[in-house]
Amino acid sequence: MVGALLLTIVLAPSAAIVLILLARRPRLAEGLNLAASVIAFLAALALPALSLTGAHVYWASYIILDPFGAWVILCSAIVYLLASIYAIGYMRLLEEEDSLPRFYALFAGFGLTTLVGPMMNSAGLYWIAIELTTLVSAFLVAFERAPESIEAAWKYIIVVSGGISLALLGTVLFYWAGSFVLGPHYDMTWAVLRGAAPQMNPAVLLLAFLLVLVGYGTKVGLAPMHTWLPDAHSEGPAPVSALLSGALLNTAMVGIVRYLAIIEAAHPGPLPRLVLVVLGAFSLFVAAMFIVRQRGIKRLMAYSSVEHMGIMALGFGFGGVLGVAGALYHMLNHTLNKSLMFFGAGSMMRSYQTKDIGAIRDVGRRFPVVGALWLAGAVAITGAPPFGLFASEFTILRAGLRGPQVWAAIVMALLLIVIFIAFLNHFREMYFTPTPAEAEPAPARPVGAWCAVPMWLALVPLLVFGLWWPEAIWQYFGAIAHGLTPSSGVIGTGL
Amino acid sequence: MLVAHLSPLAASLFSLIAIASLLLAFVMLGSRWLRHYLYAFALESWLIAALSAAVGYYGQYPELYLIAILTAVFRGCLLPYLLLRIVRRLNVARELHVVVQASSSLVIGAFAVVFALVVATHIGDTLGLGGTVVVLALTVMLSMKLIGFLMLTVRHEAISQILGLLVLENGIFLGSQILVPGMPLLLEIVILFDLLIIVACFGLLVQYLISHVGTTSSLKLRRLVG
Repeated sequence: MVGALLLTIVLAPSAAIVLILLARRPRLAEGLNLAASVIAFLAALALPALSLTGAHVYWASYIILDPFGAWVILCSAIVYLLASIYAIGYMRLLEEEDSLPRFYALFAGFGLTTLVGPMMNSAGLYWIAIELTTLVSAFLVAFERAPESIEAAWKYIIVVSGGISLALLGTVLFYWAGSFVLGPHYDMTWAVLRGAAPQMNPAVLLLAFLLVLVGYGTKVGLAPMHTWLPDAHSEGPAPVSALLSGALLNTAMVGIVRYLAIIEAAHPGPLPRLVLVVLGAFSLFVAAMFIVRQRGIKRLMAYSSVEHMGIMALGFGFGGVLGVAGALYHMLNHTLNKSLMFFGAGSMMRSYQTKDIGAIRDVGRRFPVVGALWLAGAVAITGAPPFGLFASEFTILRAGLRGPQVWAAIVMALLLIVIFIAFLNHFREMYFTPTPAEAEPAPARPVGAWCAVPMWLALVPLLVFGLWWPEAIWQYFGAIAHGLTPSSGVIGTGL
Repeated sequence: MLVAHLSPLAASLFSLIAIASLLLAFVMLGSRWLRHYLYAFALESWLIAALSAAVGYYGQYPELYLIAILTAVFRGCLLPYLLLRIVRRLNVARELHVVVQASSSLVIGAFAVVFALVVATHIGDTLGLGGTVVVLALTVMLSMKLIGFLMLTVRHEAISQILGLLVLENGIFLGSQILVPGMPLLLEIVILFDLLIIVACFGLLVQYLISHVGTTSSLKLRRLVG
């Protein structure tokens, strides 16, 4: 059953790519990609419940489905579905019918790589999956062929390839450290590495972990390795930005969390977690500084992604049931919310024909429905109640206050307030600053239904999850947290 | 563990190849001519292929012969050929504006090697393998990593950046042949193919840079800031 579902998730986008490339018809390409995303979503929806019975391992132990992986796959599938709906409306606005099949083939390929990454059971194959996400998405970032987007794609591929090569070095060192325990030939699965970790040399293990953390941290967009992120996220088409932010970053976070679980099994002291917490806090700081002075609407969203990845890193770094549960919950909320924000930003960018916040005015009056959805999203993403992000950020804060790194929790709370004020100030400008009479801009284009529907689909669950969160899901998070933390290191169990 | 019981001849052969590769990395670092980078890279790849074969012979890992052949074909022939095509398209024979002079970057590179040696010696000592070829392999691996990053920062022609990344990968591959010769075959083959795809993607992006941006120097890529 689980095997069939995983196969469906892999085959649906793959089949879509092949058919799109064979048929080369724009409308058919839209439909095929959408169908693939719906199928992948439905299959992924069933995975978390099925994964609870224990880790399912397939294909000579190269593929794994565990509760953690299932959750990340579900998040990726959600944003792939939403972005596929939105892409239909958005890409038609570009009026480049001929290149649409190429776009959708790449898009389905990108969706596929983000779905496959969390399934990888071998540390080496996981590295390859992450590398592939970079290659496919670089071409999506460069899709519009504007000088800016090509510049962004070039920086993206150079910075991330450099970073990820550090992760490869770390992977090799992990294998080397394991070869003293397990002999020269062994399968480098997560479970095997974790089992052998207590006997591995601590110095090598720590060096390898730090390399992996910096390497995959580049891909996650943790500061100071985040430099590619604002460029790539702001220059790609809006559906691509949503997929980058909502799916790709999570897929890379998987690696950090799995390696953290491995090194924690060896009881290495506080250093690995401390480094992760420092990186997370620094990401929040950098994001706050750039959000305050931001002029580009999509760059604003991109720095907000740096912020939320920092929060997630803090959650996993604080650890314990609370920290892990908060981070996982945050992953879902961020996925939904950041898609909503990028959809709104993309539509406004197309309507006003500018990326400059200063030129976008009177959004609320001109777009009563879409404007309201986008504003609600902005309130949600800054962590205000009653939306889901309030609950998840609060949970992570609680985890921080209970653990040894109280300073990080305090820094996090302060920076979240700064970001709240700065982010909403930009929205105040866009909604409530009156347009100067002499510079009445051209009438804005209306936003179509294909672009509005995914915004509803993202906002409604966000509101529901903020108000009501089923007990079963907390238990599910608890199971993941217990799977990731060595038994003696758990801090606090009560929720 | 292979390195624990190596014959002196094998150990010196491995050391020789590792040191020669490191020297070639310095050749790349010291030269401003793009073609020199390319030849040095191709030669380095052939040395790595030779190392794979040597490790396969002395350590009785027959699958490493396959890796050696693939390395020679992919890294030694196909990648340099693809890169040569990119260089021809570029119409740039050398780095025009250097951020750091070649001589200064050689000195920085030397410091990088010293740093790598300190780290490698420390790790070798904690493992009880001080003075063996392991220390050398780690040194070369880490210093090629650092030299690759140095090339990425001080060079800004598109092709030098690609080569900088490939030096990073070469360092890892070289070290892993000595440290973990038993790494699963599947992984090594997939990583080789992966490299090929990366270079193909870089080629395509360079083409975009030429036709849509009009420059291949990262110094001029400064539209996106803040």
